[in-house]
Amino acid sequence: MTSESHTTAARERIERSEEHEGIDEITILWISEGMSCDGDTVSLTAAMQPSIEDVVLGLIPGLPKVNLVNKVLSPSLGGEDFLTPYRQAARGELDTPFILVIEGSVPNQDIIEGDGFWTSFGNDPATGQPQTINWWIDQLAPKAWAVVAAGTCATYGGIHGMAGNPTGSMGLGDYLGWDYRSTAGLPIVNVPGCPIQPENFMETLVWVLQHAAGDAPPPPLDHMLRPQWLFGKTVHEGCDRGSYYEQADFGLDYNSPKCMVKTGCWGPVVNCNVPKRGWMAGIGGCPNVGGICIGCTMPGFPDAFMPFMDEPPGGTLSSMVIKPYGAIIRRLRGVTNEMVNHEPKWRHRKNKLTSGYDPYWRP
Amino acid sequence: MTTTESRPTGRKPAQIVDMSWDPVTRIIGNLGIYTKIDFANREVTECHSTSSLFRGYSVFMKGKDPRDAGFITSRICGICGDNHTTCSNYAQQMAYGIKPPPMAEHITNLGEAAEYMFDHTIYQDNLLFVDYCEAMVKATNPGVLARAERTASPRGDIHGYRTIADIMRSYNPFEGEVYKEALKISRVTREMFCLMEGRHVHPSTLYPGGVGTMPQPGIFTDYLSRLMHIIDFVKKSVAMADDIFDFFYEALPGYEEVGRRRILLGCWGAWQDPAVADYRYATMNEWGKAMYVTPGVIVDGKLVTNDLVDINLGIRIMLGSSFYDDWVNEQPFVTHDPLGNPVDMRHPWNQTTVPVPQKREFDGNYSWVMSPRWYHKETDKHLALDTGGGPLARLWSTALSGLVDTRYVSSGGGSVRIQLPKGESLPETTLEWRIPQWSNTIERGRARPYFVAYAAAMALQFLEESMELLRAGETKVFQDFEVPDEAIGCGFHEAVRGVLSHHLVIKDKKIANYHPYPPTPWNASPRDIYGTPGPYEDAVQGQPIFEENGPDDFKGVDIMRTVRSFDPCLPCGVHMYMGKGKTLNVVHSPTYGANHG
Repeated sequence: MTSESHTTAARERIERSEEHEGIDEITILWISEGMSCDGDTVSLTAAMQPSIEDVVLGLIPGLPKVNLVNKVLSPSLGGEDFLTPYRQAARGELDTPFILVIEGSVPNQDIIEGDGFWTSFGNDPATGQPQTINWWIDQLAPKAWAVVAAGTCATYGGIHGMAGNPTGSMGLGDYLGWDYRSTAGLPIVNVPGCPIQPENFMETLVWVLQHAAGDAPPPPLDHMLRPQWLFGKTVHEGCDRGSYYEQADFGLDYNSPKCMVKTGCWGPVVNCNVPKRGWMAGIGGCPNVGGICIGCTMPGFPDAFMPFMDEPPGGTLSSMVIKPYGAIIRRLRGVTNEMVNHEPKWRHRKNKLTSGYDPYWRP
Repeated sequence: MTTTESRPTGRKPAQIVDMSWDPVTRIIGNLGIYTKIDFANREVTECHSTSSLFRGYSVFMKGKDPRDAGFITSRICGICGDNHTTCSNYAQQMAYGIKPPPMAEHITNLGEAAEYMFDHTIYQDNLLFVDYCEAMVKATNPGVLARAERTASPRGDIHGYRTIADIMRSYNPFEGEVYKEALKISRVTREMFCLMEGRHVHPSTLYPGGVGTMPQPGIFTDYLSRLMHIIDFVKKSVAMADDIFDFFYEALPGYEEVGRRRILLGCWGAWQDPAVADYRYATMNEWGKAMYVTPGVIVDGKLVTNDLVDINLGIRIMLGSSFYDDWVNEQPFVTHDPLGNPVDMRHPWNQTTVPVPQKREFDGNYSWVMSPRWYHKETDKHLALDTGGGPLARLWSTALSGLVDTRYVSSGGGSVRIQLPKGESLPETTLEWRIPQWSNTIERGRARPYFVAYAAAMALQFLEESMELLRAGETKVFQDFEVPDEAIGCGFHEAVRGVLSHHLVIKDKKIANYHPYPPTPWNASPRDIYGTPGPYEDAVQGQPIFEENGPDDFKGVDIMRTVRSFDPCLPCGVHMYMGKGKTLNVVHSPTYGANHG
């Protein structure tokens, strides 16, 4: 397929998706059997705006009916009973459209010579051998109404794709191709984070569901397929320790409540909203509460940010540049701060009013 | 073959059916369970557990900066990653020869206490108790449900549910009252966690040498007020678990045999006392015994040792059914520990992980999990210790040692006593957990809410001590250090579901070797080189079946209750298979008409 015809086909699909009829019922097929720790599923259960049970029980108006199939939360006993909807979807026989959520990095099955697998999800009924995650993605991604990658492992490869890894792990975009489009014409929707910030994920999911209902355009994504409204700013831009940086006032170890650029924080160059949003209910976060930003939402994570506890190379230069400005500003502010720490002289207990009060005053 | 003696039964001609559950749901990670069930004699005759995930932490950490280890190893587990970070920092502190300031220890202890409260609550009420909920019992033991409808709850005055069936209804997924409340409680407890460790589940504020959390009065009052709002839920959880589990013993005589193992428990201790812990190997026995959960190895109900040095030296990583090459002919990294004791080639310090992906053969290699064992000198045996899912071993070990005697928790005389303050509706309450007769499915489940209470009580003490330090101006939270050229370290901690140790070797300021041993490899291990099955396999094998369904609509709930009683957390799997050379009569996977959720 030439790139031109490919673009045309993609454009047609997008146009189709914009005209699509609203969907009344949709299934979420969640697979956390990539190279994962299940931390994104666990993080999802921490969300409150909205919570996963709010979505599943239909509390949020304007969404399709949602059938969530997730191993950790499934009431089924497991095995084939649990796998039924996945098998139906793989055969193209599921009775609703489905959103495929992948959690965990995708290992490279092609580097294994002969038999064996890195990670599996159920068995191949024909052989009784473990069915690889790669097989499931190959079957389900072409049939999915939308594909969502939950967490940095699934989006870009993450920890399990670090230098020296034996499994050849990568992100979903690397595996499916960055020009992948779902049956609704959507690219992969990436929600990075190690793990996902609970509300970041739920907000994105709700937008995709509103789109499914026919009430919203597709969610706006940036060039790395991240929701723009969540990952469009840096950690530093939302961090309440950022003002210490401006005054060139740096913490030199972790006992300090000040800016942590010198002790390993990568906040100024990392796309993430966590310091602004907090982790749960506005509580916690990273540099705002004393935890260096290690870049866990980024495509370059973790290698680009290691060793985590050392000052980022760029931090040395930028903190040197800001030093003279910061030093002057800090002193000037100190002077002004001293001035405004005094009350005006007309507040006293003398038997005379000195406030300048004049009832007949005219300009 | 098995480590638990088989049970005498009046045998009928066997009617063997193969059954498997792969993946097992309502756990963390990939687990498959493969069994053979004799429906004529109503028992499980064979069980294999397999884990189907390999990621290679000990492989890709080689050559990295050792200070990165806590950040990286957190990513091993998505529900208790902070336990790894904490344990890694303990191991690094030993290697760097430093001790964090007391305030940092309290903040870490408070974070870990919140993790226990969160994790045990969401696991017990949202995952495990679904196996005991009304919908499940109706589908598997309708006779038991009918009896539950007629049975008044002995502790209804505490938890408010009139009958046992009312309790079961409260656990129905997505609909039951307690199911929904537990989800909310699991969020409040995670907020408490975030106050101390920044983020859940991969903490942002833990460092080797201390924490970056600012000890402001606010974090302690925010934590305390949340704790006081959930304290009654904790008391109710204990009462409900006692009612449900006592009822199962009554309604199904012989249920104590479900998931029963020989008593082989391990606990590596939790929560450091900053007055004692200096992280030196030479003093590890002393500070290990000062931990607020006492470490111990328990064999047949007797305490074999509570010395962390003995515990460390006894760890052996066996192969036998795992997808790895052996390392026994490699150069050892550590020949002697810092006290001069010889270190075995099969000790994690000397391990080299060489993955060999291959076909799964249940009579050969069938799992990505290795087989950790504890070498018992007296009997010259490699014991397949289990953790009882975490709480059972922690309470048992603490009760046997009798060393914990704090403001709100005391131990000894075969029990652990926990004092919880007045809450919104329930008065001050003293709970007592007594060492049970069996190490079985029900007792693993019963111990869990008791340990939530234990964690809540310890949290109150850590809060008081933190505030005392704060008021005294003792607010230092981090101790700086230099990474040495060469060092070794080990950390011992209790992850939520049991024993956790990290073993670290540093050469040229880089990681030369790093092997973490979480609880699940202990519990979910496959048969080792001696043919000894792992704890899941051993507990399921030979257990009776009480479910009323026959082979055609069999759900396997008794088996799943046993597997889940260990709180599996494998980013990995369990499989069942039929024995070698036996004719397979029927093979199918059970189904459960998921009319709920």
